[in-house]
Amino acid sequence: MSAPRIALPRWVDVVLLPVLNVSLAFLIGGIVVLAVGENPIEAVRIMFYGAFGYGYGFGFTLYYTTNFVFAGLAVALAYHAGLFNIGGEGQAYVAGLGAILVALAVAGLHWALALPLIMIASALFGGIWALIPGYLQAKRGSHVVITTIMMNFIATSLMSYLISRVLKPPHIASDESERVDAMTRVPFLSEWIPMLRNTPVNISFFLAIAALVGVYILIWRTKFGYALRTMGHSGTAARYAGMSNAKLIMITMAISGALAGMIAVNDVAGAHGRLLLNYVAGTGFVGIAVAFMGKAHPIGVGLSALLFGVLYQGGQELAFTMPAITREMILTIQALVILFTGAMSEMLRRPVELAFIFSRLRGHDPDTQPKLAAQEDK
Amino acid sequence: MDAILSDLISLLITTIRVSTPLILACLAGLYSERAGIIDIGLEGKLLGAAFGAATVAYLTGSAWIGLIAGVGVSLAFSGIHGLASINFRGNQVISGVALNFLAAGLTTFLGATWFARGGNTPALSGDARFGAIHFPFARELSGVPVIGPLYSGLLSGHTILTYIAFLAVPLTAWVLWRTRFGLRLRSVGENPKALDTAGMSVMWLRYKALMITGTLVGVGGAYLSTAQAASFSNNMAAGRGFIALAALIFAKWRPFQAMFACLLFGLLEALQYRLQGQDLPFIGRVPTQAMQALPYVLTILLLAGFVGRAIPPKGLGQPYVKER
Repeated sequence: MSAPRIALPRWVDVVLLPVLNVSLAFLIGGIVVLAVGENPIEAVRIMFYGAFGYGYGFGFTLYYTTNFVFAGLAVALAYHAGLFNIGGEGQAYVAGLGAILVALAVAGLHWALALPLIMIASALFGGIWALIPGYLQAKRGSHVVITTIMMNFIATSLMSYLISRVLKPPHIASDESERVDAMTRVPFLSEWIPMLRNTPVNISFFLAIAALVGVYILIWRTKFGYALRTMGHSGTAARYAGMSNAKLIMITMAISGALAGMIAVNDVAGAHGRLLLNYVAGTGFVGIAVAFMGKAHPIGVGLSALLFGVLYQGGQELAFTMPAITREMILTIQALVILFTGAMSEMLRRPVELAFIFSRLRGHDPDTQPKLAAQEDK
Repeated sequence: MDAILSDLISLLITTIRVSTPLILACLAGLYSERAGIIDIGLEGKLLGAAFGAATVAYLTGSAWIGLIAGVGVSLAFSGIHGLASINFRGNQVISGVALNFLAAGLTTFLGATWFARGGNTPALSGDARFGAIHFPFARELSGVPVIGPLYSGLLSGHTILTYIAFLAVPLTAWVLWRTRFGLRLRSVGENPKALDTAGMSVMWLRYKALMITGTLVGVGGAYLSTAQAASFSNNMAAGRGFIALAALIFAKWRPFQAMFACLLFGLLEALQYRLQGQDLPFIGRVPTQAMQALPYVLTILLLAGFVGRAIPPKGLGQPYVKER
């Protein structure tokens, strides 16, 4: 088991292995679909049609993608610092409070002016909810994984209390807040692109793209990002280099929470136009799959967010056409993607490594032989 | 006086009922984490086992065969977790998270396909459920003041799985502190290298621990659907796996303390049912949400060292790499 890792070409690590792992997840998903007596290839065709085939479906695909980009970036950014933020779900939920409070307070203000305020409030609320586990890890040594899980549950309780007891206006029967003023609400893209047919994809979609670029710059082009990655590789190294790990952990968690908080801008201030009970509905958790599948790189996160957008929207279409396949099938595939790309990535790596050694030894490329031997000496 | 006593007794009975799956899951987590493997996936195992047990109990009409199936599902999950975290040296937290989603997705999906009841299984009755066990003379003694309600109400009248759960506590303590296996289990979580040097297989020991974990939490899952309730319903673990994890940390990975932590969290749950819509003197109406959040708040405070200090096994979460 402990053979030295063979340096594989970069494209294998970055493209081939993730693709193989994701394919494996889908293969098993396909077997499950087959087991319930449906045709998996037909299922994939229906999903793609549902996601891209017509304007209405495509709009929903982009709407889901927006959410998954934010959720995925939140996990990815923290992951570069060696932190596993499972709390995106709770952070987004609490951010919803910030979003709705500001959106209701400035009711009537034009959306272009309200949007920055709503963003700041969402980022602040989500950031603070993530800062608490960050502080606890940095200063009190409690593990961020456990505390973020606990914070998710606390968020659920707190928000369900606030929504049902405080925010809910007396004239509404279900547990939700007052509606955001039509003027203030983040506008749907269908206002400009009629093809999208009143789907909830809104201006936040562009925010998501900006966030992808922003996170890339933050991680790879700034001093802070360098410190963050150093800490992710080795906490000791960062400390010896004079970086303050405690400060880094707290700032990283706060930014991660703020990114998760952007889900509130898309949903609360945009798509739903009000704060609904349990509005996050698992989006924060999808972020984990998105981040791992995308190898925590913004390009990868963008692509895997799109894939999950397709899965979610296509899954709705599929549940409609093939009643035997419910939405939970998507959750199953999501789980398999996390399992294979996140926890079992070594499983396929060994065979791929062996295949490479074998093909090299067969003399396709004699120059690499001495190099390989040198690597194995390590 | 009698009214208060019977009120108290009924509160404690509920506490025992809701604590049973917590204790089983918590002890399960204890074996895994003592062996150095983080188990975030307790929640998923509870859910998977509850589904397996309810499904098979319904099909065969036997709660016992259901129990075996439930444990089987849970063991399969443990096996995947073992493969990921022991063989492939993957991230144990990620594996646990994935297994939780897998259980949530598969149980609802398969349930909806097989039974067409929106993910729930049909109601179980008769032998397909675990019935209450009545102690000898429970009926005769029930009229006796104080002793009656304590013996016939509190101690008697639970299902076999509850008694198994409470017996598993001293058994675990004995295994952990008094047997060779227990010593090795504790060392493999603290310092696997020492064990390896002594010529024992770290891998095999960790797998053994995971098998015990799978069995215990499987019983807990079966309890949910075939003893406490009479069918599987969507997402019925409802965070109990995480509460058990919190209790485990609260108990600092020790069996008796784990039981008390589970009873405490169980009492909170029982109080939550009891106090619903009632006014308390001085405090007023306590929102149920506050009671729901309390176990998590307590665990965070404990982890942060504000209430004692929880120090996990040293090797927790680290895959073992045997040197060549």
